[in-house]
Amino acid sequence: MSDIDSLEKSILADIESAADENALEAVRVGAIGKKGSISEQMKTLGKMSAEERQTMGPLLNGLKTKITDAINVRKDVLKRAGIEARLASERVDVTLPVRQNPLEAGRIHPISQVMDEITAIFADMGFTVAEGPDIETDYYNFTALNFPEGHPAREMHDTFFFNEDEKGERRVLRTHTSPVQIRTMENQKPPIRIVIPGKTYRQDSDATHSAMFHQLEGLVIDEKANIANLKWTLLEFCKTFFEVDNIDMRFRPSFFPFTEPRLEVDIQCDRSGSEVKFGEGEDWMEILGSGMVHPNVLRNAGLDPDVYQGFAWGIGIDRIAMLKYGMPDLRPFFEADQRWIDHYGFRPLDMPTLFGGLSG
Amino acid sequence: MKFTLSWLKDHLETDASLDQIVETLTMIGLEVEDVDDRSAFQPFTIAKVLTAERHPDADKLQVLSVDTGNGKPLQVVCGAPNARAGMIGAFAGPGTYVPGIDVTLGVGNIRGVESFGMMCSERELEMSEDHDGVIDLPEDAPIGTPFADYAGLNDPVIEIGITPNRPDALGVSGIAKDLAAAGLGSVKTAAVTKVSGEGACPVSVDLGAEGAAEFCPAFGLQLVRGVKNGPSPKWMQQRLKAIGLRPISALVDITNYVTFDRGRPLHVFDADKVKGNLAVRRASDKEEFLALDGKTYTLTANHFVIADDNGAESLAGVMGGEESGCSDDTVNVLVESALWDPLTIARTGRDLGIITDARYRFERGVDPSFMEDGLALGTQLVIDLCGGTASEASITGTVPKPDLLIEFPVSETKRLTGIDVSSKESADILTRLGFGVEGSGDVLTVSVPGNRPDVHGKADLVEEVMRIYGINNIEPQPLPAMGAVGQKILTTGQSRTRNTRRTLAARGMSEAVLYSFIPKNHAEAFGGGQEELSLFNPIAADMSDMRPSLLPSLLAAAKRNVDRGIGDLAIFEVSHVYQGAEPSDQIRTASGIRRGAHKLEGSGRHWSGATEQVGVFDAKEDTLAVLAACGMDPSKVQIESGGPEWFHPGRSGTLKLGPKVVLGTFGEFHPMTLELMDVAGPLCGFEINLEAIPAPRKKANRSKGAVTMSALQAVRRDFAFVMDKTADATTLLRAASGADKKLITDVKVFDLFEGPSLGEDKKSVAIEVTIQPMDKSLTDEEIDAITAKIVANVEKSTGGVLRG
Repeated sequence: MSDIDSLEKSILADIESAADENALEAVRVGAIGKKGSISEQMKTLGKMSAEERQTMGPLLNGLKTKITDAINVRKDVLKRAGIEARLASERVDVTLPVRQNPLEAGRIHPISQVMDEITAIFADMGFTVAEGPDIETDYYNFTALNFPEGHPAREMHDTFFFNEDEKGERRVLRTHTSPVQIRTMENQKPPIRIVIPGKTYRQDSDATHSAMFHQLEGLVIDEKANIANLKWTLLEFCKTFFEVDNIDMRFRPSFFPFTEPRLEVDIQCDRSGSEVKFGEGEDWMEILGSGMVHPNVLRNAGLDPDVYQGFAWGIGIDRIAMLKYGMPDLRPFFEADQRWIDHYGFRPLDMPTLFGGLSG
Repeated sequence: MKFTLSWLKDHLETDASLDQIVETLTMIGLEVEDVDDRSAFQPFTIAKVLTAERHPDADKLQVLSVDTGNGKPLQVVCGAPNARAGMIGAFAGPGTYVPGIDVTLGVGNIRGVESFGMMCSERELEMSEDHDGVIDLPEDAPIGTPFADYAGLNDPVIEIGITPNRPDALGVSGIAKDLAAAGLGSVKTAAVTKVSGEGACPVSVDLGAEGAAEFCPAFGLQLVRGVKNGPSPKWMQQRLKAIGLRPISALVDITNYVTFDRGRPLHVFDADKVKGNLAVRRASDKEEFLALDGKTYTLTANHFVIADDNGAESLAGVMGGEESGCSDDTVNVLVESALWDPLTIARTGRDLGIITDARYRFERGVDPSFMEDGLALGTQLVIDLCGGTASEASITGTVPKPDLLIEFPVSETKRLTGIDVSSKESADILTRLGFGVEGSGDVLTVSVPGNRPDVHGKADLVEEVMRIYGINNIEPQPLPAMGAVGQKILTTGQSRTRNTRRTLAARGMSEAVLYSFIPKNHAEAFGGGQEELSLFNPIAADMSDMRPSLLPSLLAAAKRNVDRGIGDLAIFEVSHVYQGAEPSDQIRTASGIRRGAHKLEGSGRHWSGATEQVGVFDAKEDTLAVLAACGMDPSKVQIESGGPEWFHPGRSGTLKLGPKVVLGTFGEFHPMTLELMDVAGPLCGFEINLEAIPAPRKKANRSKGAVTMSALQAVRRDFAFVMDKTADATTLLRAASGADKKLITDVKVFDLFEGPSLGEDKKSVAIEVTIQPMDKSLTDEEIDAITAKIVANVEKSTGGVLRG
């Protein structure tokens, strides 16, 4: 009896002290392997008397089970310890910076973003987007738009001219997006509702003027559209674009040869701080020109001004981008300075929608 | 156009405040650009110098004791040579802002002597450029009263922007008429009375020369004998100064005054310097003309002059001549009031670069019906201010009578603006504006006065009614909705532009928007620079040519960034390039460049290992991403080696659809290109013609069709082929997948090896072929048959042999 007890104690002690799975396996082999201490004892059972066997048999079997269980328990402990040790050795510094996500690095230019914002708004009002060439003929840029030859209004445009062609005519870089009005009316029967975003050019350069800039032209032609509709359209546009609940606008007479009557539009703002705030304050800021399409323009495009009527407006895309997003100077828009675009650009998936909000 | 409030009130009887006037001007289309209420001049007072003593420590300074009318005299240190005891001048005390020197005064200490203000010069008060001494007033100037009141500096100055359609508002009287029409009072412009002259005007005007009668329909001339020229009266000088004109002499000031008062430019000749009679004629080619501004202009036959026997004496309607100009010695003066063709005036002014108040008005349109009155007004002012006796006025030619009648249905206002203005009210407004109105029913017959050459038709009258009735009275009305739900509104091209931008930005690139014009040598280096795309008047020499490619702009932008220390860069632009001057030559294009180590996975040094430098394959990846974003399956595109000359010939590619359609190119830049652009590499880039990509096919519905997903496992087999270095991978891949178009679903290049063991001009390309059984498993023999066919195909098309 005491032999078995001491054997059990000694094996259990060995199990407990086994430091790793190999040592534990050695203990297992030494105890219950083919030639293990318990196995050897069990081999002696056959030579025992029946009585002895009846006592020793269960004792040895019980011992074997106990040892086996103890080994399994120890094995589990050692496995866990092993994994923990491995994991501990695998530790890394997760605070190390990862590579930049290209989606975060890339930038959309404010002009493109604002064009998308504008498109979202006007799409909702039933407008489509029209385009036209930057290099225009004198006819489309001026004559068809009711700029009489030699009229001072032409000079106000600071036009870029191309060298004379073989016919002695000069093409121009369009000074406004309005030629697309004519091109559209020539090709499409009313009702017409279009916006025309695009590049425009004038010989002018300072903080708020650039030799190239972007304009958004709007044109509505049907048999009813009038200045009351024009007011509504521009009011709704400005409110939505500047993302304010309400905005006061001031319409006053002005002059653009291709409209009659014509209106210049100011919006209410607060210029007291470093940035302009819209929808509040007591200042007025000139923001766009508009009017009823001039009867001569309608005629030039082949429409009867006593049947068809409508309105048009033109607004600076760069300018409203500057006003909304706070760029103080127009010139860096066209310089591709990485620091500027990192700051003022938009993330590629920030797509302006009305349902998601124009600027998120 | 500038004027003062008191000047306006010469023409307008009104109780309205300055604010009301300003607000109304803007709302009727005469936009107020600036109002100077001149309150800045209020702190200056008339003061008397009681004593003037030499400054103890400075030879040129004096210490004055000044009586400002406010009790105790003040001590003032003054450097003006004319300051002396007993002198009366304009004083500014501490705290006063002095506009001419842009300084707010404090209590000064000048070389140890305290100074409690200053005596001011005319320049310090922005009255003139005079700074030789301080203002020296007559003895009767009232001490202690505001200097501004005394000197006429208290009259608010209003500046309005006049649009080209409103020549009627280029005179104060016209502005008053508009304000009165808008309900701000009544017009009280003094009527002009004819000057009863003695004897005929001795100088005649000949309009018989070629073109003269068209250019000059009528010419009025009147002689005043025995005048005495000199400074014009103070009230006239003050008004002219207030609007920024320099008083010269009474005769000259009169012409300027009438120009601004009535919008009627006049000219005066010194009659004794005019030889013989006057004639309006074309200038002869290269005729030289010495103008009043002291400059000599070289004229052409497009320009008209008023000439006497000596030659050109005036550049008609633009600027007078130096030779026959009036001076202080002028005794006999010829006053001219004429009509000139606006287009010719505009052209003359533009050709010669002359901008004068006369040109400005004549090119916009001067009221013909005021020509004779203008002459009378000018002549009367000459007599009033300079004395003398007038001859009779001589009118040569015929003053055209306004004859435009417009049938105006009053409902037009409602049709175009949405506001209902009754026939009576419409007629009232038009009448107040000076239009003649006949009838009272639905249709008015409106005659257009001579001062409104901008009014041609019904719509113009609607504008007149609207602006006076009040634009604020128009209530916004919604545009009717076009449909319940908005439709797709972008064209294919517009969608491509948008998708391409977002795709490239999502690849870590930044969008640039760059000028459409670039330096000529850049344009030429990228296949452009042709004459028809060169600007005649570029804003700068390096912005002269329309760009044939976006790449030179992007490379120039890269250079600017590199110069600022930003070496790793990925930028793109989606815009237009110009292949010719026709609309169809303007091509929607996407381009991008990457520089340094700005690859998709991020740029520059990183603890996990530095990014490699960019190369042709980065540009290729960007290219294919754009094609995919534009709905083009990149696998359908042929990619050929080589590209345009601005790329590295061995590291560039061309994307084609069939033999003719080029979708785009990509590559690393040629060293010579980088040298020209003055920027160092590594730099790669691409350019895609977004219009060359075929339009998506119209489909009956949006179904994507059924998907086939085989239940059987795919078989993968690897091959390595040794082939010539010049053989391309595309051919290899096409040959391998062509071995069984049904079963081979994918072929990938997984290794590329070049080395001496293969031979100098050989490479080994290893591919993994995926064979996907569809309805039954493949036997070993079937698979072997496919692999044998792959080997045979590759060998046949590329000359590559299976590597042993």
